[in-house]
Amino acid sequence: MIKLGIPSKGRLMADTIAWFADQGITLRRSGSDREYAGEVTGIDGVELVLLSAGEIPRELAAGRIHLGVTGSDLIHEKLPLNATQITEIAPLDFGHADLIIAVPNAWVDVATLDDLDAACAAFRATHGFRLRIATKFHRLVRDYLQANGVADYQLVDSQGATEGTVLNETAEAVADITSTGVTLTANHLKMLSEEPIHKSQATLFASQTAAMTEAEKSTFDALVDMLGG
Amino acid sequence: MIATAAQLEAARLTQHFLDAGAAPVSADILQPAGTLLDLYGEDIRARAYTTHDPLRGEQMLRPDFTVPVVQMHMTHGADPARYTYQGRVFRQQTDPARATEYLQVGYELFARDDPAAADAEVFALINDALSHLNLTPVTGDIGILMAAVLGLATTDRRKNALLRHIWRPARFRQLLNRFSGRTPAPETRVALLEQSDPMAHDFPHIGLRSAAEVSARIDALREDSATPPITGDEVQLIDAILSIRDTAPMALANLKALTSDIPTMAPAVTRLAGRIDALAVRGINVDTLQFETDFGRTLLEYYDGFVFGFRADPAAAPIATGGRYDALTRQLGQGAAIPAVGGVIRPGLIVDLEGAS
Repeated sequence: MIKLGIPSKGRLMADTIAWFADQGITLRRSGSDREYAGEVTGIDGVELVLLSAGEIPRELAAGRIHLGVTGSDLIHEKLPLNATQITEIAPLDFGHADLIIAVPNAWVDVATLDDLDAACAAFRATHGFRLRIATKFHRLVRDYLQANGVADYQLVDSQGATEGTVLNETAEAVADITSTGVTLTANHLKMLSEEPIHKSQATLFASQTAAMTEAEKSTFDALVDMLGG
Repeated sequence: MIATAAQLEAARLTQHFLDAGAAPVSADILQPAGTLLDLYGEDIRARAYTTHDPLRGEQMLRPDFTVPVVQMHMTHGADPARYTYQGRVFRQQTDPARATEYLQVGYELFARDDPAAADAEVFALINDALSHLNLTPVTGDIGILMAAVLGLATTDRRKNALLRHIWRPARFRQLLNRFSGRTPAPETRVALLEQSDPMAHDFPHIGLRSAAEVSARIDALREDSATPPITGDEVQLIDAILSIRDTAPMALANLKALTSDIPTMAPAVTRLAGRIDALAVRGINVDTLQFETDFGRTLLEYYDGFVFGFRADPAAAPIATGGRYDALTRQLGQGAAIPAVGGVIRPGLIVDLEGAS
């Protein structure tokens, strides 16, 4: 069986099911909608696996699922060697969100990374510790700031309600996913004027490590063909 | 247990350093993450392995011995002091072909007198240990570029901004281009400075960075926009200094010639001359020794003077590296400081090299 992993709840799951329906493949939860098992019609030999979107990168990398739908941000954050572990089959054109850096609106002197770097230097000299940026996307944010020569900052982990960390004085700035920016505005934050660190969308990925029999390979090829890969 | 070839090589190198008068020291594998993070910043998280302990907090698998050895010396040591250590260090790698755990054997020298002789002692000891391998040593001196920056005819603020990014060559260049007017100020900054009172707004001041800090930065930006650009001639001098890649005596002659334009460089150039003499006294053939002003800028942020590396192949990981890190002792010494220079050798790479030939 070819194992297809999709997000197990919410808007992302609904949009994924709708996208597959457009390609002629019906994904359906079996039994009650509390049960995390499902069925696939429109092609034989494919098994549906419902997973947390955050676990799909790991399952793809380990080869426990052959195909999976998740945000490209999660793939880049969790799989540093993603080019050797997985292949992108198709962007799905929903679940759009940008990973951005945001600072308080009152920082009228900070718009660019150059400004942020200067603010970090002065902040460390004044407060005796590195300026804190709250995020859950540690790898993406660190690589980005390192590539752009920003120094004297530190990342602090925030797995939720990240926009509130500045008000709570557990961070001075945040790096988070946003689609509309409404939460940022409500928390008195503004994005830097730079391009986003990463433009994310729901994407179908294939594992490069999952083993396949001859029969599974032909099912896989047929499925990828239907999905436009 | 049978010792591996790398362990036997490490034992040979350790004996070499012991024979030179070094005291053997060791360091815990688990190091408190706080000190390392404070020194190296977030970049260290991409290089070291971090682990969590409910009681001790965040710990790192030691990414090097220098920091714990400096801490030990600053707490207990009397100078001058010579130390040697050997053990595994742990580094994350983005290239899966590179080792994440390998042996290092190091030598660190803490001495207040005669820095040239100290530099030469460390370099010559490592050179002797590797002399059978036909490696190409490269030397440099971060202090030359620092001294040149201090000699620029511009504000202290600009000089400090450049000095802060000495170890990030791309960012250093970006700043130099900005300060010399080669790249214009960003539009957002121009718009900010056109406002008569940028602080007149209704945004709430949230977080620890205060309104006074924002205001101070705006003052700094106003001062900077009123500052004349660093001249093209000065940028060319920096470029000329950075482009020096030659034998040590030729590089020295070039740098001496450049000191007439940048007099602040003179003490650093005199130190380089003294070091070359000291290396010759130690038996190093300085006439063929390579010197590159740009060398070592991407190694580790703590080197602030003499730097060196030994490679078999320019593309591969260096077999030995080292340098002077006076500023690190100042940062770890909480007010106290002691001039220090040291270097490490990777015995595993020596074994690989001997196996290949």
